[in-house]
Amino acid sequence: MVVVKVEFLGGLDQTFGGIKNTKCILDQQQLQNDITIANLIDYLASNLITNEKDLEMFIQDGTIRPGILVLINDTDWELEDKEDYILEDGDLVSFTSTLHGG
Amino acid sequence: MDQEGNKRKNIKEVKVGALCQLCHCRKAVMKRPKNLQKLCKECFFYIFETEIHLTIQKENLFYKGETIAIGASGGKDSTVLASIMKTLNERYNYGLNLVLLSVDEGIVGYRDDSLATVKRNQLQYNMPLEIVSYKDLYNWTMDEIVSCTNVKSSCTYCGVLRRQALDRGALKLDIHHVVTGHNADDMAETVLMNLLRGDTARIENSVNVTTNSTGSPVKRSKPFKYTYQKEIVLYAHYKKLDYFSTECTYAPEAFRGTARVLLKNLESVRPSCIIDIIHSGEHFKLKSRKERIVKNKKLQKTTKNPESQNEMEIRPDGSVSISASKDGNRCERCGYLSMNKICKACILLEGLEANRPKLTIDGITSNTDGAAKLSKTLEKLSF
Repeated sequence: MVVVKVEFLGGLDQTFGGIKNTKCILDQQQLQNDITIANLIDYLASNLITNEKDLEMFIQDGTIRPGILVLINDTDWELEDKEDYILEDGDLVSFTSTLHGG
Repeated sequence: MDQEGNKRKNIKEVKVGALCQLCHCRKAVMKRPKNLQKLCKECFFYIFETEIHLTIQKENLFYKGETIAIGASGGKDSTVLASIMKTLNERYNYGLNLVLLSVDEGIVGYRDDSLATVKRNQLQYNMPLEIVSYKDLYNWTMDEIVSCTNVKSSCTYCGVLRRQALDRGALKLDIHHVVTGHNADDMAETVLMNLLRGDTARIENSVNVTTNSTGSPVKRSKPFKYTYQKEIVLYAHYKKLDYFSTECTYAPEAFRGTARVLLKNLESVRPSCIIDIIHSGEHFKLKSRKERIVKNKKLQKTTKNPESQNEMEIRPDGSVSISASKDGNRCERCGYLSMNKICKACILLEGLEANRPKLTIDGITSNTDGAAKLSKTLEKLSF
């Protein structure tokens, strides 16, 4: 079981019903593997997005929509194996939309 | 390692490959889309600020003692712009007087909130703030305009009106230079959009760092011309800048959205494409003006009613037919710089006036937010 903090910034909170900060408890006993960001994204998409239409604001072609910045403990996930990053307790994952108004 | 492993994650041993490629001593936190360089926070700040300083220097954007209005919307771009301008002005002794200039379009639930951000910025950056509103300038709020037209054309109206509003606001303060937060993504988007629309005449000018139409009393510059949106967002995030990030209520249906999605998809495959598109735009050269005018005249002969086309043809972005017109003309109605007899804003406003809701409701003055929308809705009601 892993507990991580998740932030939705840059207007992305609107996709998640106005939630800006949340704590996610990921428990995957059925899977023996480590819990990765990919698992977290699946979890967020299926548990926190209430409106089906909002899903495409977050997910595109099975991954995070281009234009959304993913930071793991303030580090760009491109430097951290992206979806394959193994989550640890207390990690802070922030999703920031760069698409919203300038 | 055991001991360190128990501590917070970011203190744990860092691989050499994960170090900043500039200072080689701190952990890299971001990858520059421009050149895929991995940088730590400190080096990123330095590079980001220095690149903008170099753009300003290379293009000779300002002179000492100049008063500059920063077009501030409260969004990430203009907030970072205000912060950077203040930083660079102090660091490199530009000797500029900086003023924040905001336009209140009158969009309830969007602009009123973002203006609150600008007001906080005013205190944070210790700059004077001037707000000009559509209501005062044109006697219309965007909410009223949208209720009289449709959402799809809202950006056309808003864009045309905002351009004038910023100029008028600047002139009110006797300022002749406005800087805006347009970034590299915006520039590339504009190039793509003009290309998709076949508006070749605009490509060339749309990538200029400074636009100064002949006769226009206000110059506009874009110090972020080569700055990626991603880096602006990261800068704002790492510096914990206070910005407003709600999408405009009317924006999602605009054409720019389509070009933006295309660009973001391109960027995810090849991040340098944004700079590449700007570069292409810069090297896009049309034939000389003379040749074009000759060609335009030929076209006009084949058009049945060239006069009406001259004055009234409005493209989706609000631009008006430029055939056989000279720079530096003034609008007959409002005196604003215009290619044609009557400027775009006046043409748009004229169309709107004809569309004002015919119904008035007792007790609701036209100043009330969303009044036009309400009365327009009531007009359609039937029992």
